[in-house]
Amino acid sequence: MSETAKASAIKNATGPRVEVMRTQLGRVRGLGAARHGTEAWWAERLTSLALIPLTLWFVYAAQHFAGHPRADVAHWIASPVNATLMLALVIATFYHMQLGLQVVIEDYIHREPARVASLLANKAVAFLLGLAAVIATLKLAFTG
Amino acid sequence: MTEARDALMVGRTSDGRLVQRPISPHLQIYKWPISMAGSILHRATGIALSVGTLLLVWFLVAAASSDRAYANVSGFIHSFIGVILLLGWIAALWYHFFAGIRHLAWDVGYGFSKPDTDRNTYIILGATGVFTLVTWIVLFTRL
Repeated sequence: MSETAKASAIKNATGPRVEVMRTQLGRVRGLGAARHGTEAWWAERLTSLALIPLTLWFVYAAQHFAGHPRADVAHWIASPVNATLMLALVIATFYHMQLGLQVVIEDYIHREPARVASLLANKAVAFLLGLAAVIATLKLAFTG
Repeated sequence: MTEARDALMVGRTSDGRLVQRPISPHLQIYKWPISMAGSILHRATGIALSVGTLLLVWFLVAAASSDRAYANVSGFIHSFIGVILLLGWIAALWYHFFAGIRHLAWDVGYGFSKPDTDRNTYIILGATGVFTLVTWIVLFTRL
């Protein structure tokens, strides 16, 4: 096939028409779904790594407050080591949770207004819950 | 098409024509391999645990607030629904814990082959079962 015939074959071919100017390179250069490169991915790994020992500690620690009166819980958290680990657990947990739920939202919610709204709500709820847990732990740590 | 997402699924044939590249069939077409169930379970337990954080926050805030607030959360934990939820969250926690460790192993390049993935899924389920039972027993003798 001559070059002109080839060009005209391509021009006349029926197929998908692409009207978007976006290259694969542009997509990977920090222009992904959330406009951040690998930050979220890395933070999710980092928090999961931290949560391995923290989860083991928490499950072990749960026996110190499961079924105990409030004074015991307060006294237990008042120990600086317990308070420190509790705060680390809470912060890592809510950061990890927010990142994980964000991926779920991005996977299943495609309609733009609903997607943006749920992404923002996810951030707000995770932040407020985490903050409440931090404040409660600090209060117990200082007054327990 | 004006969506970048769709445009990425367009390829060129060897004679230069643009074609829509084929996509793989949707979930319900497949017979459920154990690895697929394991992967879906990881996400499901993650969502369940997110809901479970509400109990942790409630417990901490109540303990920091008043005896009455603490009695409320204590009452909920000892109620039928509370116990069922707690049992479920403990199981979800251990599954997500072990499957999460596998994710970290994948991230550094271990355990990608099909036989490895299948075997590891069974190991994760087994470890989850054992750890869940022990936690249930230890915790509920104290509640």
